[in-house]
Amino acid sequence: MEYLTAVRWSPYAVGIGIGILSWLSFLISRKPIACSTTFAKTSGMIEKLFRGKKVDLKPYYQKEKLAVDWQWMLVVGIIIGSYISARLSGDFNRQWVPSVWASAFGGGPALRIAAALAGGILLGFGARWADGCTSGHGISGTMQLAVSSWISGICFFIGGIISAHIIFKIFG
Amino acid sequence: METAKATDKPKRETASLIQGLVFGILFGFLLQKGGATKYDVIIEQLLLEDFTVLKIMLSAVLTGMIGIYAMKEMGWVKLYPKSGSAGKNIIGGLIFGAGFALLGYCPGTIAGAVGNGYLDAAAGGLAGILIGSGIFAELYPGLRRGILAKGDFGDLTLPKLLKVNDWAVIVPVAALIFILLLSIERAGF
Repeated sequence: MEYLTAVRWSPYAVGIGIGILSWLSFLISRKPIACSTTFAKTSGMIEKLFRGKKVDLKPYYQKEKLAVDWQWMLVVGIIIGSYISARLSGDFNRQWVPSVWASAFGGGPALRIAAALAGGILLGFGARWADGCTSGHGISGTMQLAVSSWISGICFFIGGIISAHIIFKIFG
Repeated sequence: METAKATDKPKRETASLIQGLVFGILFGFLLQKGGATKYDVIIEQLLLEDFTVLKIMLSAVLTGMIGIYAMKEMGWVKLYPKSGSAGKNIIGGLIFGAGFALLGYCPGTIAGAVGNGYLDAAAGGLAGILIGSGIFAELYPGLRRGILAKGDFGDLTLPKLLKVNDWAVIVPVAALIFILLLSIERAGF
């Protein structure tokens, strides 16, 4: 039981665990683990609350139907699983500003929230443009040796490494 | 809406939703134990100061690849490679990367960050991702036949691209990942 209450596991143990989880999701659910489409569907569902059924007719939502599905529940599960893990180890904490951000840009929540919002917009937009994210392309797609996923995964990190250096070394 | 013969469809759909939830709980648990739900860990990876994220991803890919291709060989599973194009994956990937660095979470780890209690993820990041996805859906009709179709290569995999046996790619890729992880450790990260 000590494992369950440990704050950190070896990254290799975690990676192998995710790899085995992928075997099971292919075998049992016939689906690769992925996350970002859920945000597009949720965005459409919220829009539908305000604008009604015509949102379903948008070409993108004809391709990705606006309904709660396997992947949507997976994302809900991630919140629960992370919460359980953090609670078991005492690592749960309500925090507005992460320490690396605070050391460069100060502890004020407003700037951090604004950056998270702007970053989220780019991330959500880019995930739809590339048709996948760090899990769908970066882990599940690369392990299937999909060309689209290797290109995307490498570009995620090229874009991320360059941008992080600009943010922290030039502005920070 | 459903045809009469698909009477067991609701049952199958419920089972699928429960499976998704269980896989998600396990995935979220692992991400949190690995530290991947934390802004600091992800940003330090992008700043090349901490290699936890890459270690998790590469060991997941190594484990997953061998198992999934072995199961494919046995006829137990099939693959679902996404189709792609230069316009889609390179440009989309770079935009995603910029967002990744500014937000400090990705779509999977932000869910984990919310579960971990991080309020910048819950208050700013989630809303941003929903807005960005919505903007894309709005622009999609104009993009799909233009830039997204540029340099289309379909749902190609590396073995098909190179016209070789699956294992002629798996073995070198596995060796490469192994060597990369070993060098990261040797370099003291």
